[in-house]
Amino acid sequence: MTHTGGRLPLHSRPQWAVFFALVGVAALLIPVLNLAVDETSPFHVPDYLVPLLGKYLCYAMVALAIDLIWGFTGILSLGHGTFFALGGYAMGMYLMRSIGQEGVYSSHLPDFMVFLDWKELPWYWWGFDHFAFAAAMAILVPAALAYVFGWLAFRSRITGVYFSIITQAMTFAFMLLFFLNDTGFGGNNGLTDFKRILDFPINLQTTRVSLYIASVVALTGVYLLCRFIVRSKLGRLLAAIRDSEGKVLFTGYDTLQYKLFVWTLSAAICGLAGALYVPQVGIINPSEMQPANSIEMAIWVAVGGRATLGGAMVGAGLVNAMKSYFTVAAPELWLYVLGATFIAVTLWLPRGVVGLRLPGLRRSKGKEEEDATRSEGSPVEGPRP
Amino acid sequence: MRTILSSSLGGLARRFFVVLGILFILPAQGVAGEFEDALAGLGSKSRKQIKSSIQQLAHLEDPRALPALTALLEKRLRVDAEGRLYEVVEDSGELLRIPGGEVVASPPDSLRKPRINNAVRRVLGPAIAHLQLDSPDADVRRSAAEALPDRLSERMLPDVRAAAEREKDPQIRELLALALARADIQSGDSQRQLAAVELLGESGGRVAASILSTLLEQIDSEEGSEADPALRKAIESALARIEMRTDLIDMAGNLIYGLSLASVLLLVALGLGITFGLMKVINMAHGEMLMLGAYTTYSVQILFLQYMPGWIEAYMLAAVPCAFAVCGLVGMGLERGIIRHLYGRPLETLLATWGISLLLIQTVRLIFGAQNVEVANPDWLSGGFEILEGVVLPWSRVAIVLFASATVAAVWLLLQRTPLGLQVRAVTQNREMAACMGIATGRVDMWTFGLGSAIAGLGGVALSQIGNVGPEMGQAYIVDSFLVVVLGGVGKLAGTVTAALGIGVVNKLLEPLTGAVFGKILVLLFIVLFIQRRPQGIFALQGRAAES
Repeated sequence: MTHTGGRLPLHSRPQWAVFFALVGVAALLIPVLNLAVDETSPFHVPDYLVPLLGKYLCYAMVALAIDLIWGFTGILSLGHGTFFALGGYAMGMYLMRSIGQEGVYSSHLPDFMVFLDWKELPWYWWGFDHFAFAAAMAILVPAALAYVFGWLAFRSRITGVYFSIITQAMTFAFMLLFFLNDTGFGGNNGLTDFKRILDFPINLQTTRVSLYIASVVALTGVYLLCRFIVRSKLGRLLAAIRDSEGKVLFTGYDTLQYKLFVWTLSAAICGLAGALYVPQVGIINPSEMQPANSIEMAIWVAVGGRATLGGAMVGAGLVNAMKSYFTVAAPELWLYVLGATFIAVTLWLPRGVVGLRLPGLRRSKGKEEEDATRSEGSPVEGPRP
Repeated sequence: MRTILSSSLGGLARRFFVVLGILFILPAQGVAGEFEDALAGLGSKSRKQIKSSIQQLAHLEDPRALPALTALLEKRLRVDAEGRLYEVVEDSGELLRIPGGEVVASPPDSLRKPRINNAVRRVLGPAIAHLQLDSPDADVRRSAAEALPDRLSERMLPDVRAAAEREKDPQIRELLALALARADIQSGDSQRQLAAVELLGESGGRVAASILSTLLEQIDSEEGSEADPALRKAIESALARIEMRTDLIDMAGNLIYGLSLASVLLLVALGLGITFGLMKVINMAHGEMLMLGAYTTYSVQILFLQYMPGWIEAYMLAAVPCAFAVCGLVGMGLERGIIRHLYGRPLETLLATWGISLLLIQTVRLIFGAQNVEVANPDWLSGGFEILEGVVLPWSRVAIVLFASATVAAVWLLLQRTPLGLQVRAVTQNREMAACMGIATGRVDMWTFGLGSAIAGLGGVALSQIGNVGPEMGQAYIVDSFLVVVLGGVGKLAGTVTAALGIGVVNKLLEPLTGAVFGKILVLLFIVLFIQRRPQGIFALQGRAAES
């Protein structure tokens, strides 16, 4: 990889134009079409679509986080569902506390605690009455967990599939933990029946649109941050770690620090996504931590195209749109579609749909090298430069 | 009104004559039928007569009296106009003759229920117990001994003590001793209490523990009274001893369960470890091979039921090769069709095989339904034997441990003593060099992948005997079996075996102490920390192979 010295611009001019157009459509046009356009009009965006789109935006954030650590750094995590759910639980705890005494049992405690005959709030629920505290925790708790876990794993040079397996075991353990009633997070049912957020009723359409806009803003911010990182010297170093960690080590870089940074950041982004996700879908429960969910998150990125930020977001939208369609239209077929997607993408679409769409365009050198290292001894399907 | 009055008057008159009849008949019978006389006395109208008949029957020690006495206690005894006794069967309402027990086809129309009061019951209970404890049938004695604590009175004590002394069956003897100790404890006599506590501490189980703790509560509640500190101390030490013993028994039971689970885990992890060592590929669909093996067992069972029900006991013997073949073929197909194209891309292989597992799960769900299916244990695998009090060793679990051991031995022989094994080991150590030496690495991969899948299929056969068989059963094992591979290290059979047994048994042993969930979390935490010290697993490969 040639070293160009100074930093690369985030986007070229046409790219910026596309970027602003997309943000404008997402942040302005859709809310206006939903709130201001008459329901009978063909341009009206139906009410149910707004939180659905908001959900996809949160998934897109997760996809960016996974792309950062997998596509750009070469570390496949099968545990990002944990970070996502932890962020969601932090926000869910705030939403539970803001129900006040309007629960079924009219107690100042959340209903499930009354049900368990708990008399007072456990210490780890303290502070979640405040939105700012909960929002901070939604990012800090996943980040702290990721930091500790990553430090232990990277320090002993756990890489490749070993790391993937350990992260999968982590999410499995967390799922079991959160399924327990005694853990104090609502057990099986999780946290739900939210009433309001920041004193706004949570089921009001304007609240939903606001949450949707917040998701657009967050996704834009996360995207720019990721773009900033992958275009910087740090980004090039991450690609170098992905392609040959040994060589980077011998050049004198302490790869542990770089991997740990990007791994922690990735978890924090997932936490943010989870925090925005929960008020829009109205529930968080331990099934979000199922190992299957985390693997699905990885396939979003693979479908869209690894090591391209746009691809990751497109993939998240595409797979989830398919999921929304098939689970309603033909639920027994969905697992076939998903399974076939996993196989087809890995066999025939190593660069994802983004790579498929633009076969003639010049791809970054990092990707070429990646392909070169991958293709030893076996034919790689798909277009080759 | 008049008719009712006259009929009830008639009834009274009839009863009067019946009693008269009995009074006249009784002396006429004489010594010849002492037992029959006493038995007939049970149908008497006089409670005094009933009472003395009961005592007479208890004295005669004839077990034939038992049905009549229990029927009397349970208000199922009937007397007809001639004074003959019958027993009503509770569920069917049939009438049985006493003595003899043959069914009476046409019941006589006027049946009377002998009336008893508490005075009679006080005699009746001990008499029944006495006869039961005396019975030659061990089952009758056992059930009597089990019911004893609820109805043991001071007056019965000598009787029970005598029964306990002549009892041969250790289980019944213990039951009797327990009942006696309980009576001693309730007696209030501190000397007897102390001895009984001592005895319970020596040999008692859970029931003894609950008796002792109620006694302790009693002592505590009447504080300041004459409660003997020595007695208190004796109770506490007895409780501690009982607890230690029951804990030990639980532990032994868990160990057996843990070993059999570990055996299944071993069968799953064995194939996973070999293929990972050989191809550096993690097969997420490996758990589904377990599922396929179990469903093959189910299908074989169904086929046997359908076409040769006479041989149903042998279906397990047929299921083993069938599961081996089915899973081996599926595994080889997967390797040739998909995984072959992904070599050198381990992370993508992981995702692709996950996709395969989804397809397999959904296919099985569509064919067999989403519900669990029933796989029956053949007779020769059900049951078990009791190795300690309360610890039953089921045959199915013993068989699984033996089966897994045999499989491991076979795999070891295959890897160490056959040409294929030699090639597998060569490719595991250095793929390029092996290829240069003329080994067809592709074919070795295919056979190894098929073998690994087939072994998982055998695990499925084993699991079908102790666990649920459902489309998602493989998922539960996949995380654990990966941990086995991580902990055991790559390419070493000993590592896989040690790790599988360790994880399986430790999981089960931690369960009662910490709960199943925290046990799992602790094991995971241990593995993460362990890898800090030995990143290559318990038994690391030496030399350059370890670097890659």
